Amino acid sequence: MQPDRTPLLSVENLKVHFPIRSGVFQRQMGAVKAVDGVSFSLGRGETLSLVGESGCGKSTTGLALMGLVKPTGGRVRFDGNEIEGFKRSALKSYRRRMQIVFQDPFSSLNPRQRVKDIIRAPLDIHAVGTRAERDARVAELMQRVGLRPDQADNFAHQFSGGQRQRIGIARALALNPDIIVCDEPVSALDVSVQAQILNLLSDLQRDLGVSYLSISHDLGVVEFISHRVAVMYLGKIVEIAPKKTIFSTPLHPYTELLMRSAPSRDPRKRHSFSASNYDIPSATRKPSGCPFHPRCPLATDICKSDEPELTLRAGEQFVACHHR
Amino acid sequence: MNQIQPSQAPAIEVTDLQIEVMGANGSFAVVSEMNLSVRPGETLCIVGESGCGKSITALSLMRLLPDAAKITGGRLLIDGQDFLAMNQRQVEQFRGDKIAMIFQEPLTALNPVLRIGEQIAEGVREHRRCSRSEAHERAVDVLRLVQMPDPERRASQFPHELSGGMRQRAMIALALACEPKIIIADEPTTALDVTIQAQILGLISDLQKRLGTAQILITHDLGVVSEVADRVIVMYAGRKVEEASIYDLFDNPLHPYTIGLMGAVPGSGASSDAGDRLADIPGTVPPLWNLPKGCAFAPRCANASARCLEERPPLQEKRPGHWAACWEHDDAA
Repeated sequence: MQPDRTPLLSVENLKVHFPIRSGVFQRQMGAVKAVDGVSFSLGRGETLSLVGESGCGKSTTGLALMGLVKPTGGRVRFDGNEIEGFKRSALKSYRRRMQIVFQDPFSSLNPRQRVKDIIRAPLDIHAVGTRAERDARVAELMQRVGLRPDQADNFAHQFSGGQRQRIGIARALALNPDIIVCDEPVSALDVSVQAQILNLLSDLQRDLGVSYLSISHDLGVVEFISHRVAVMYLGKIVEIAPKKTIFSTPLHPYTELLMRSAPSRDPRKRHSFSASNYDIPSATRKPSGCPFHPRCPLATDICKSDEPELTLRAGEQFVACHHR
Repeated sequence: MNQIQPSQAPAIEVTDLQIEVMGANGSFAVVSEMNLSVRPGETLCIVGESGCGKSITALSLMRLLPDAAKITGGRLLIDGQDFLAMNQRQVEQFRGDKIAMIFQEPLTALNPVLRIGEQIAEGVREHRRCSRSEAHERAVDVLRLVQMPDPERRASQFPHELSGGMRQRAMIALALACEPKIIIADEPTTALDVTIQAQILGLISDLQKRLGTAQILITHDLGVVSEVADRVIVMYAGRKVEEASIYDLFDNPLHPYTIGLMGAVPGSGASSDAGDRLADIPGTVPPLWNLPKGCAFAPRCANASARCLEERPPLQEKRPGHWAACWEHDDAA
């Protein structure tokens, strides 16, 4: 399905900084700039993947958009309306249309709740319909995600990882949201079950037209699920482009490194991985200029002093690099 | 890939290994009829999903099984010696010296209150006659061997002061310190980011080429398998369902489970369009205490026949050097 590209969600210069406090008086000594000026848009029925390694800020971006961490700065517009300061009142109606599926189906479901109560919770909170209507909706949702409605009285711990993730997806779908943030929804699952959940997500998008903001570190998953891909490094987007473009002609040296590092699927085309060591720098000690310059083969003096802006190259490909 | 001399004796040889776990309602087998052998310089990958018995197999080869699990049958020869017949003292002498293990999570496998260098030196002094300072020198040497940046300084640091990639390098150094003949690595890169995983895989194959160790690598990731394996064992529900050379397995997988796994990995198609479907395997892995009667995979298998539900297919050599446990390819033998 080709997604509608009028932005449903647009994010401008989103920042999430966490204070670093130390000493007896817990004075602020600095800040971890987990997300540091991220801008993108998401269309109706579109899947945008945020990809990057641990600590790049991809999950924090998702949590900030859900209002689960308070952004330090930036503007978020949802369906034309600005979300003012992420206040409780503004959030409630917004969250009705934006939901999240978490990575770990073992810790994101309450083990003492019955499945029907887990899936019903959003309907109860937003007082949707009558009791009977809510019960019917729960049965419908369970069927929709591939669970048997007769399992409604079971507890979450009686289900396998894949089934739990289905419960999490049913809960996210309960209010008919426009956008679902999928934070590594399959990374805790075995390959065969992972494929089932990816297929389910793809079916739901086709049938319901829901948009996904998918957060993932797995390039295989990203290639399967996305329409567009944004690569993040130390709190910034360094490249954003349609999936096919970014997989066939990655421009940013970090995107290239990521693609080169993914294991091949053909034993005759083995990479000769270098055993050399470059560590991922942390967001607390961010390099000057372009944050990727200490690991970059193309780095020159300008990269150490000036941070490159994300600018449009060919087609719809935006890249933040002085040399590409 | 290394050239393996067929005449070389296996560094490790496992025959008909059976492992049972005591559950609340009696004991049940978690690994059955496991056979494997690895020669010096060879890398064997054991691949499968959670609960297939790959990690418990790895632990049993080190004789590190938890109390609830017991080896109830089979033989285990390490460097020609019967490892299962040894007493605790002999086992401890062997472990670390002849056979060593790299664990998935270096943060839990390393001792948090001992400096990296001390942990490595401790193992060296256990197995080699040497002074404290010689052992420390050896520790710094192996840290250098695994390309730890600034090895002298890192040797005096604690595990929490190192990054994830460096901790895994330290684990590998610890395993290599006494130049073991066999290294078992249980998901050595699963906890790492992809660029760091690439470095560690590069390091592991680099070291193997130089040192000629026999290697058993446990993983769930077929990408890792295709990068490092010489030979592959696919496990399902506690049993080997297929074994072949890496090329035979990737070119011509025989068992429907192997075929299913390969199809289920996203990104393996040339360029998928959003909206495409992956070839998933329906259902889930059966619990080991309640396995179906016939082939354990039959309930999830598209080609299952009446025979598959009744009789468990034996592991047979379907093509030269290519073994599979499936009734489907019975005529291919």
